[in-house]
Amino acid sequence: MLEGQDLACWRGERAVFAGLSFRLDPGGAMLLVGPNGAGKSSLLRLLAGLVPPAEGRLLWQGQDALADRVAHAGRLRYLGHGDALKPSLTARENLAFYAALWGGQVEAALAALGLAELADLPARVLSSGQKRRLALARLALAPAPIWLLDEPTVGLDAASVEKLGALLAAHRAAGGLVIAATHLPLPLPGAGEMRL
Amino acid sequence: MRAFGAVLGREVLLALRHPADTLAAVLFFVLVCALFPFGVGPAPETLARIAPGALLAAALLAALLPLDRLFGAEAEDGSLDQLLLSGLPLPALAMAKALGHWATTGLPLLAATPMAAAMLNLPTEAWGTAVLALAPATAVLSLFGTAGAALTLGARRGGVLLPLLVLPLAIPVVIFGAAAIEAAAAGLPARPYLLLLAALLAVALPMAPLAAGAALRAE
Repeated sequence: MLEGQDLACWRGERAVFAGLSFRLDPGGAMLLVGPNGAGKSSLLRLLAGLVPPAEGRLLWQGQDALADRVAHAGRLRYLGHGDALKPSLTARENLAFYAALWGGQVEAALAALGLAELADLPARVLSSGQKRRLALARLALAPAPIWLLDEPTVGLDAASVEKLGALLAAHRAAGGLVIAATHLPLPLPGAGEMRL
Repeated sequence: MRAFGAVLGREVLLALRHPADTLAAVLFFVLVCALFPFGVGPAPETLARIAPGALLAAALLAALLPLDRLFGAEAEDGSLDQLLLSGLPLPALAMAKALGHWATTGLPLLAATPMAAAMLNLPTEAWGTAVLALAPATAVLSLFGTAGAALTLGARRGGVLLPLLVLPLAIPVVIFGAAAIEAAAAGLPARPYLLLLAALLAVALPMAPLAAGAALRAE
């Protein structure tokens, strides 16, 4: 169970958001919606522990989640704006690095996003949608209870969104949480919505 | 430990895919050493006199070259966030990056040291000591350089700021490194100076990754 209490984030002198509270039970999903600059990405970075909250607390199973950042990092997967791919490495090598960190099967993860036949191509020749799929393939490597997704479907075709939907459904069925910032409809049935 | 090895292995693999970066540092090192004979004249004894200091300064400047991309390139494509969330404590992450920098820049510079020493007319009996002195010297620079790269990450003109931060810290390394090579060239024991270099490395080894880790946290 992930719980935010009165979270606030400041950028310089300006409050991006403040007094933000939520609660997410196992299998739950939450969509962050709002105009550009409303703080969706900032909230995701805060939840990932990449930036400290200016105010408020983040609780995981009732305990302060950010007290041990290494442990917190171990229970989440974060998908940011950037795809975090190295252009000179092949799709397989890019993913193999994360498999070495977290465990999991590279080939199975590539297949889950339909990238099996592109495995030996360097990431620089992939299209932007294929790069996004390769970034999403990290989610398929090894289970982690919290998924934080920033615009996961940007550049994806309908078939790939469906594959992402299958991943999300399996993750939630296993008791995982999903928090996603998006402007596009996501395959997350029954997801709550937080307007920033 | 597995994560540490994964980050280090990735650094080496990326360097193998971009050999030009390593080659640029090595060529810079050799070319700077080749410039000295033109500047001070080809008199062998003059050259041999300045060789130890020139060798140290050129190697450290060459090792600085790839440093501003150490975290900058990772920050640009979003990899830095993933590295910060890799489950490695941040000082360990910095240590892996520093070790990666040394393996991909410091080691090739050591391999090119005989060539640079020949350009500077360093007596051949001092070549072995030159490599022995440059090994800890470049390692100290990799460590302080990683801390500097973490500190200047995201700063405008970070590429200019980085040498200004790191090079003053390298002064003791230049002093003792050059003294070691000079002693060997004069037929004196270089061991005390090499031990002092090792002591500098022993100080930098825990301190620099801690500083770099704190700087990465503050990003």
